[in-house]
Amino acid sequence: MSLLLSDIHKRYGPVHANNGITLEVEAGTLHGLLGENGAGKSTLMKVLSGFLEADSGTITLDGEQLAMRSPKDAIGAGIGMLHQDPLVFLPLSVVDNFLMSSPGRFNINRSKGVAALKEASERFGFSFNPDAPARTLTVGERQQLEIVRLLWLGAKVLILDEPTTGISEIQRVELFKTLKQLASEGMIVIFVSHKLEEVAELCEKVTVMRQGEVVGEADLPTPAEDLVEMMFGQVVVLTDRPDVDIGAPNLVLNRVTVNDRLLTMEDLSVSVAAGEVIGLAGLAGSGQRLLLGACAGLNAAATGSLRLAGVDLTGRGYREFLEAGVHYLPAGRLEEGLVAGLTISEHLVLAGADDSFFIDWDEAKAGAQEKIDHFSIKGFHDSTAESLSGGNQQRLLLSMMEPGLQLLLMEHPTRGLDIESADWVWTQLLARRDAGTSIIFSSADLDELLRYSDRIMVFFNGRVLRTVDAATTTGEQLGYLIGGKDDQ
Amino acid sequence: MIIATGVLEAFREVFTVAALASVVAAATPLVFATIGETISERSGVINLSLEGSIMLSAMVGFAAASTTDSALIGFLAAAAIGAAIALLIAFASIELRLDQIAVGFVLTLLAIDLSDFLGNSFVGIAGPQVPAWDIPGLESIPFFGEVFFQHNISVYASYLVIMVATWFIFRTRKGLELQGIGERPEGAFSRGVPVNKMRYVYVLIGGALVGIAGAAFSLDQIAGWRDNATRNFGWIALAIVIFGGWHPVRVAMGAYLFGLLQVVALKLQPVFPDFSQVLPSVPFPLMIFALVVVYSAWFRRFGDEHPRWRNILAADPPSGIGVAFHRE
Amino acid sequence: MTTSTQSRMFRWSGIAVPIVLAIIVSVILLALAGTPPIEAFQLIWEGAFGNSTKIGDTMMAWVPLVLASAGLIVTFNAGLWNIGIDGQIIAGGIAASWVARELGGPTALIVTVAIIAGMVGGMLWALLAGVLKVKGKVNEIFGGLGLFFVASSVAIYLIIGPWKRAGIASTSGTDLFPEKAWLPTLSNNRLSLVAIALAVVGVGLVYVLMRGTRFGLRLKAVGRNPQSAFLLGIPTNRYMLGAFALCGALAGAGGAVQAIGFHHKLIPAISGGYGFLAILVVLLVANRAAWIAPVALFFIALSVGSTTLTLRLDVDSAIGGVVQGILVLFVVLGGGWQAWRVRRREAAEAETT
Repeated sequence: MSLLLSDIHKRYGPVHANNGITLEVEAGTLHGLLGENGAGKSTLMKVLSGFLEADSGTITLDGEQLAMRSPKDAIGAGIGMLHQDPLVFLPLSVVDNFLMSSPGRFNINRSKGVAALKEASERFGFSFNPDAPARTLTVGERQQLEIVRLLWLGAKVLILDEPTTGISEIQRVELFKTLKQLASEGMIVIFVSHKLEEVAELCEKVTVMRQGEVVGEADLPTPAEDLVEMMFGQVVVLTDRPDVDIGAPNLVLNRVTVNDRLLTMEDLSVSVAAGEVIGLAGLAGSGQRLLLGACAGLNAAATGSLRLAGVDLTGRGYREFLEAGVHYLPAGRLEEGLVAGLTISEHLVLAGADDSFFIDWDEAKAGAQEKIDHFSIKGFHDSTAESLSGGNQQRLLLSMMEPGLQLLLMEHPTRGLDIESADWVWTQLLARRDAGTSIIFSSADLDELLRYSDRIMVFFNGRVLRTVDAATTTGEQLGYLIGGKDDQ
Repeated sequence: MIIATGVLEAFREVFTVAALASVVAAATPLVFATIGETISERSGVINLSLEGSIMLSAMVGFAAASTTDSALIGFLAAAAIGAAIALLIAFASIELRLDQIAVGFVLTLLAIDLSDFLGNSFVGIAGPQVPAWDIPGLESIPFFGEVFFQHNISVYASYLVIMVATWFIFRTRKGLELQGIGERPEGAFSRGVPVNKMRYVYVLIGGALVGIAGAAFSLDQIAGWRDNATRNFGWIALAIVIFGGWHPVRVAMGAYLFGLLQVVALKLQPVFPDFSQVLPSVPFPLMIFALVVVYSAWFRRFGDEHPRWRNILAADPPSGIGVAFHRE
Repeated sequence: MTTSTQSRMFRWSGIAVPIVLAIIVSVILLALAGTPPIEAFQLIWEGAFGNSTKIGDTMMAWVPLVLASAGLIVTFNAGLWNIGIDGQIIAGGIAASWVARELGGPTALIVTVAIIAGMVGGMLWALLAGVLKVKGKVNEIFGGLGLFFVASSVAIYLIIGPWKRAGIASTSGTDLFPEKAWLPTLSNNRLSLVAIALAVVGVGLVYVLMRGTRFGLRLKAVGRNPQSAFLLGIPTNRYMLGAFALCGALAGAGGAVQAIGFHHKLIPAISGGYGFLAILVVLLVANRAAWIAPVALFFIALSVGSTTLTLRLDVDSAIGGVVQGILVLFVVLGGGWQAWRVRRREAAEAETT
């Protein structure tokens, strides 16, 4: 039995998320789908599971071409998908989650369901409290529930989308054991991930995607450098590394514990000097955002202390951080940084230092035009934020920053920008660095991290794996670390 | 001191068989409306137009019934009106991506005015009655028999609705899917459930029940039509759904509790003559402020610490409520 | 034709088509009720503007509607559904009535204090709903409604109780206020220039506030994206409460005008339903404050004018409300339909590229 996706195309407006993807998977194989965030893996799997409809292309299972219009078709063909955030229904009990949408009589027989759940779980050594609400399950347990459910419904193809995000090491080992068992029983298992190390450990074959296309395939084991090169492209570090005097410690985190809904990071100690640039590497959900949030005052430190320019800011609110000279630029430009419906001028007025009650719109318009010219924003003073391209939204956000900041925190500062714009952005940022601002930024671009950081903190699974000196680290080494492979 | 005895006396009068039976009967329309809205909101669609829907379907139901001299036709007509209004809200939300609350509010005012405008020729006339029926056997049970089983078909239908709704939502596969659609539509969708189609179905059912509530007012409880006949009951129904945590039994309890408050207020009128005009309307804000208690942090902590009570006490709305679902 | 003309036509058709449809449906409804439509509309016009007294009454009804609508612009921009605004009008009416009954002195003083009292009353009542939302996590729709019920009850209690008419208590209202507590009017008319000025100032204030001040801009940010607004340093809770306060003040001013300018006593229906009607007005003008005055005038003309229909043609005056409702419904649906057409066009374009 084999699964063949042939020439799949899927567009989201101007973005070509899947550009002619062809992928073949044999039964009994653990097939990895490797690529960075944004490479198009999730879109492809959503197409395969029927959640999205492809613009063109075919899906063939066991020689039979499938008509994929909705998840119902996929389920009928035996294709089951485990989403990165398992789609369980939190207030409902475990057994209700298990039973929902399963074939059967109109009336639910819960005791039969509990028995079936027990039987299906024991096959893998899982166990559940059937009456507990699903929200009490950890992410790993929710995954297990979904796997058990999909298998019970007779899945022949199992897709796992980034399954190891947010689960413990023990759970990961169990999961891999389960997957190997399933593959040996003749299932098709597709393991979608950005984590090199895990794909190398688990899979027999791997397809690598980048920017909506398949860029390579390999039988594992294969040299990791090859995989890194396929995932990230040629990592060319330009020689131009400006040497700069680093000043006195500016931001000091001492044994800070901080948490949000999904992650807890403990015993963080970081010291950033004035004029120093720290890069945060690692893929999404590994903890970078939480660190940035802690430094911005959005996530309060449960223990430990945080000082900026000598001032103790531990436990203070976000607005006090703002006043202390911290600026936070989140990754979700339209979700968290800009306000859809407001124009460029309006944003600049909101971000400006002038606090007078009345707005002088002529002044605002002139000021906006100034910024538009200076930052090369492709838009007019009355263009709305959502009408700007991603790159221009970023330019707008950067133009909204005031001068003389103590600490600049940025998530993915040049995401979506072409090389010229990215270069120009860094010119701006380096100028601030020269003026004494400490910069902490997270990025998925290894080149950017290596080029502009003084030090790079690599995050993996919710902790700092290692902090390296950018000048003495190669792209390859960084790639390994990001994939979780710490040789030392 | 006099007030204290007066209050005690009033409560004693309330807990007589006759008074309690009247509470059950009076609460029947609210039971229909609140359970109908519970179903709709469980699927993820808020039908804010209840105040207008109930009023318009009450009028139409009465008009249809008195013209054809058939209470049944009246109920059917009322159900159709309620379903039509609900369908419009679902359509506006799902296809036109409009705000459910905005459309619901406009329909509320429009329906109220329509009921006023079209209903004039039916004011003051008598209509067919819902056949009364003492259920043999059950009616002779001491106390409970008289309170619950000496009513008419409409009241018994409301019992049926409570039972069927509870059974359907919690004991059937389709009902489980209903919970899924409202709680996490993309989850239900990925399990092959046609989310939007089912939303239409449940909204229609909910709307029909709301329509039946209107008929239960005009053909039974209020027995007739006049301007603003069902005033404020739509709003209170919306609050009761929240108070009842979207669980049909609790919601029905909320409806009966409200009925009880109304009777208590009536009985307290002679005790507080200065407030007698105001007392009948006190249950309305009282019920709404019960929401403050139910949502307070203290109450929720109690529910967290006592999980077995949690289901019975506070509850969160279906997480996907009010938002249209689109697959991309 | 140029694309800009095309897009302007596209936008205007989105407004014109619903309006035409609304007129057609209204005509049909009138015909169904056995009323000659043209005569009906003529009577409505006459009822609203037929003679100077009627014009005066129409304008006095216009004032609270304009004030409430202006207030709602503020709360809508903050992302809030202030459905309880009728309660705020009532609170303002009660406060102004108290001043009118108790305060002595020259008319100018009483009137000024009464209006200020009305604003304060409405503001406090709105802040209650705001606090319920921000601290109590109670949805502002239900908090507002509950407070509306309470305000109504308080008004009735006062009318039947402590403020009852000398002799027999009556739900028709309190005794008339002493004449020195009446808003000064033009001769032979109920029209008060003070009231008109209030309305104009109110709507102008909101217009300026939302267009030309940082407060208004920040409010808009809070309403559209509270998360981004917070990151920009805006204290979102404080701004939401501020929106409630401002809306309540405007609504309360409207209530004061109703009390001392129109009815000259406190009646149970002191809000006249203008709060709910204002929501319709604001939905129709789609947040453009400049359009409040004319649209409110149209709505009031319909409401006031329709009362003559009952007298002359034996048609229920609710036809005015029906026409208003149909108009707003069609315009709102039309807006959604327009957006749907745009989405379809964009999807078709994406497929061809």
